[in-house]
Amino acid sequence: MEFPSNPFRTFGGVRAPHRKNTAKSPAVMMPPPEQVIIPLCQHIGAPCNPIVKLKDPVFVGQKIADSPAFVSAPIHSSVSGTVTAISEITLVNGQSVKAVTITSDGTMTTDPNIQPPSFESREGFLKAVRESGLVGLGGAGFPTHVKLNIPPGKNVDTLLINAAECEPYITTDHRELLENSEAILDGIFVVLEQLSIARAIIGIESNKPDAIKLLRDMLAKDPRNSDRKVAVLALRARYPQGAEKVLIQAATQRIVPEGKLPLDVGCVVMNVTSVGFLGNFLKTGMPLITKRVTVDGSAVNTPQNVIVPIGTKVCDLISFCGGYKTEPKKMTLGGPMMGSALFSDEHPIIKQNNAVLAFNEKDSRISKPTACIHCGFCLEVCPMHLMPVMLEKYTEVNNVDELKNLSIMTCMECGCCSFNCPATRPLVHSIRLGKAMIRKADAAAKAKAEEEAKKAAEAQAEKSAD
Amino acid sequence: MKENLLVSSSPHLRGGRKTNMIMLDVIIALMPAVIASCIIFGWRAAIILGITTGVCVVSEWLSRLIMKRDNTIWDLSAVVTGILLAFNLPVSIHPVMAGIGGVVAIVVAKQMFGGLGQNFVNPALTARIVLMVSFPSQMSTWTKPFEYGYDAMTTASPLGILAESGDTPMPSYLDLFLGNHAGSLGETCALAIILGGAYLLVRRVISPIIPGCFLATVVIFSLIFQRDILVDLLSGGVLLGAFFMATDYATSPINWRGKIVFGIGCGIITMLIRIFGAMPEGVSFSIILMNIVTPHIERLTRPRAFGKARKERKNNEA
Ligand code: SF4
Ligand code: SF4
Repeated sequence: MEFPSNPFRTFGGVRAPHRKNTAKSPAVMMPPPEQVIIPLCQHIGAPCNPIVKLKDPVFVGQKIADSPAFVSAPIHSSVSGTVTAISEITLVNGQSVKAVTITSDGTMTTDPNIQPPSFESREGFLKAVRESGLVGLGGAGFPTHVKLNIPPGKNVDTLLINAAECEPYITTDHRELLENSEAILDGIFVVLEQLSIARAIIGIESNKPDAIKLLRDMLAKDPRNSDRKVAVLALRARYPQGAEKVLIQAATQRIVPEGKLPLDVGCVVMNVTSVGFLGNFLKTGMPLITKRVTVDGSAVNTPQNVIVPIGTKVCDLISFCGGYKTEPKKMTLGGPMMGSALFSDEHPIIKQNNAVLAFNEKDSRISKPTACIHCGFCLEVCPMHLMPVMLEKYTEVNNVDELKNLSIMTCMECGCCSFNCPATRPLVHSIRLGKAMIRKADAAAKAKAEEEAKKAAEAQAEKSAD
Repeated sequence: MKENLLVSSSPHLRGGRKTNMIMLDVIIALMPAVIASCIIFGWRAAIILGITTGVCVVSEWLSRLIMKRDNTIWDLSAVVTGILLAFNLPVSIHPVMAGIGGVVAIVVAKQMFGGLGQNFVNPALTARIVLMVSFPSQMSTWTKPFEYGYDAMTTASPLGILAESGDTPMPSYLDLFLGNHAGSLGETCALAIILGGAYLLVRRVISPIIPGCFLATVVIFSLIFQRDILVDLLSGGVLLGAFFMATDYATSPINWRGKIVFGIGCGIITMLIRIFGAMPEGVSFSIILMNIVTPHIERLTRPRAFGKARKERKNNEA
């Protein structure tokens, strides 16, 4: 197998501070909280419908919601106890979803029906993956069984394992690499075999030398790797090396065309924690009910990595970490570059969360935007070769055509442009508004076209009736 | 339970560099040339520098006040404009004229277009050209270096000597390099400008593309027309223009391909004016002309987005 010994060149990016304070903190298991709130949509795709009723007893790992839609992933209970509420909650991304509240009985009794999956074919494997509830754990939350369902005719030769973890503060993937390396390799070999992919590249940023060495040593000894089809690639430690398109470029020199998927350049990208989970799931059959989360930031007493039952409220998690050191002013789910700000710490932890950060007053302050000085620093760092300053300007004047011309949809909201802007312009925020504008315009255009088609059909019908 | 946390759009982390720090870096980079001009032209240089800087800052403050906008003097851009304006004036200029220049730079060229970043021509150069048109003789009277009095002897600038091919002797290369010759306040001492330019490059305040292309084009033209390359580079405002004026953010392209076109354009126009024009010097005009076409350059040299097909882009532009 051919492997690059050094990453290929990528464009842009910023030298964001690493602040990996918790890299040496082994994840500790959090005892089950009194109550978990499990949202029924923790993925991109159709929300699930509850299959439990109020006052139903549930076990750990029991499926509590599912959907007939293909692009969706079932949801399981993370504690044993009783369903005490089924209500609407608002997630941090503004989405309003149903959620099942389960009051724990403290025994953590496992569902007796859980057993390792068995499968003979690729379909069987994908079905098992779906049943595990796995979604992309790097943050996107795209259902894994959909991602792995390679349509016929697409030739995929590379499985990329994303362990770059370029966001400041977060160390969950780093800990996964150190603590769960066996299962990661198991997961990789199974995926390679089931999907008949020729090679796998594990991309790790060079600021995690211990993890790089550990995996290289294990791969050298592993009999399954006698034909050298899995290798570790040390990436440059520069934000955002872990962004999907940037990672593909760094590992294979391939450019994902505008509006296309990694599949179109022969790649499947999986987050390292996702393959690690898959490795464990195939052995035990326990679906996705816990998540490793980095708790850090200047307002937290004991920053550390915690394995959290899904649905745990952020405030319970913070109490487990010694509570707040000072009054938190801003809290984020996810890292400081791409994470979302929390309104309240009652929000539950969901599958794709990998960090909870709480900042004190000083660290929450962002200076007021001043006039754009046309310095071009935002262009210099955009990994997608966009012109953030122009996107902001055209968003302000609602110029949908120019925004499309400038490929606004290619923006992955990595935040490099805002980070680097000396005038503290809220560029990413404007770009989000611009994208929403385009989606609206497209929807309107589509509706109009449909209406016209309908009218034309009616006219046609009338004519033939005459 | 905590509620009412601060909700804002990501990223929640910003790089440390702010507009006023960039401007401060430019001011630091201008310091060697400020000191050199005071040594070469004496106390009158210091007075002109003080007047233009003071007038620029006050004009900025007043015009923002009248337009009921935020006070922006602390972004320090008016200070930079003031120093650069003084650098473009002969030391013998009447202080009132220097003051008028400051008002023109800030009020007419900058604030009337919306302030920092919105102006499309370089404020200091606009003021210089307005002064040149209004007071032609005052603006082209050059004083001999190290003659500090008001009645100091006048002389010709090196490019003037070159253009007239009279019998005034040309200064030596060393004198050109150290600034021991006639010229505008800040443009004579090549050494000081190069030091400042190097500082800007090291601090990554400016990209090397514009000065590189500008200077390279000057050298190539000098070679083709068999002129003295060192005189072309070291005399007049080429170095000052290439490092400090052509790199002005607001009035030069933001993308690297645009910067190449811009730098080459400045070089070509400068040399065409020097070789064929009626005036001995053309740096200010070349930069202003390129400032004016900058929006068009930018439009034609837009970067191609990641993964965007080549053909498609041509169609869109057509
Ligand atoms: S424009 Fe989008 S992709 Fe480019 S730096 Fe900004 S957020 Fe990242
Ligand atoms: S980085 Fe900020 S100030 Fe500079 S061009 Fe971009 S938006 Fe304007």
